[in-house]
Amino acid sequence: MARKAAPEINAGSMADIAFLLLIFFLVTTTMDVDTGITRKLPPPVENNEEDIDVKDRNVLKILVNSQDRLLIDGKPGDISQLRYKVIDFITPHPENPEYPEVTSKYIEQLKTEIVVSKGIISLKNSRGTSYDMYIAVQNELAAAFNELKDRFSMDQYGMKYSVLIDKDKIDAVNDAVPVAISEAEPDDIGGN
Amino acid sequence: MSKFKTKQGKGSPAINTSSLPDIIFMLLFFFMVTTVMREVTLKVKTKLPQATEVQKLEKKSLVSYIYIGPPTKSALYGTNSRIQLNDTFATVDDIQEFVAKEREDRDEADRKFITTSLKVDGLTKMGIVTDVKQELRKAGALKINYSTRKGKSNQK
Repeated sequence: MARKAAPEINAGSMADIAFLLLIFFLVTTTMDVDTGITRKLPPPVENNEEDIDVKDRNVLKILVNSQDRLLIDGKPGDISQLRYKVIDFITPHPENPEYPEVTSKYIEQLKTEIVVSKGIISLKNSRGTSYDMYIAVQNELAAAFNELKDRFSMDQYGMKYSVLIDKDKIDAVNDAVPVAISEAEPDDIGGN
Repeated sequence: MSKFKTKQGKGSPAINTSSLPDIIFMLLFFFMVTTVMREVTLKVKTKLPQATEVQKLEKKSLVSYIYIGPPTKSALYGTNSRIQLNDTFATVDDIQEFVAKEREDRDEADRKFITTSLKVDGLTKMGIVTDVKQELRKAGALKINYSTRKGKSNQK
């Protein structure tokens, strides 16, 4: 006896099942992008290595104590001033002894020498500083260096650093405006 | 003439929906592929600080996360900030081992591109963060990212 062919399965509800799964994945999908401030830590120092002497005029000292107060170059300051102080400090002033020394640096991509400041930002925080404050300070420093990069980029290429696409140009700007932030080993300034 | 007249009474024909499941399946596969399930259950609260100068963190597979913040079950673990690596609480001493393990999980060629993302609660004191940073330096994980949300800074 010939077997009856299996009846065709009704696929009408297939769409519903697929919809159900689709909605599940739609709901669970998180498309959040991680954002943050990227920094490079210095490699660990050997004990026998000597401290590199940096002239006093080349360093802008920023201290943050455990009460989240700022000391910018020995004077109490506010976080809103920080960005402009840093920009002012790093901008080369060749003739002025109040500002850091300058040096000329050959930028390969531009095939010219440009004047760069030897200034370094030294950031030191207490163990009791809140992370909020630390990030606020880091943010201001990042903003200052981004502003400097923008200025250089505007001078050279006529557009802002953030809209540069050419890898060479980006490298050139990064070479010309190095992010010179040094973080000191923390100590317990101002108590915990 | 009569050819056209017979058609009029029928109304519009039903739309063929037999390819609907295929379209839905296509969407489904797209979302299945792009979905990243959260790998760890957070045991600490991390209310990230806000900053304006943020960069996007690319290549998520090359990012390892360290969470620092007050425990969610404060009745059980207290309110002091703790470090969480993977699924468990950890101490500062565990970080080097963690970094070594994260490195082993990646391809040889990718190892030098690993970024450590620090997801730290805004109210945490810097002491613990500094300790973690020192350990990361010792472990050679020098590329770090302070995870922040984009927005106006909290401290003004």
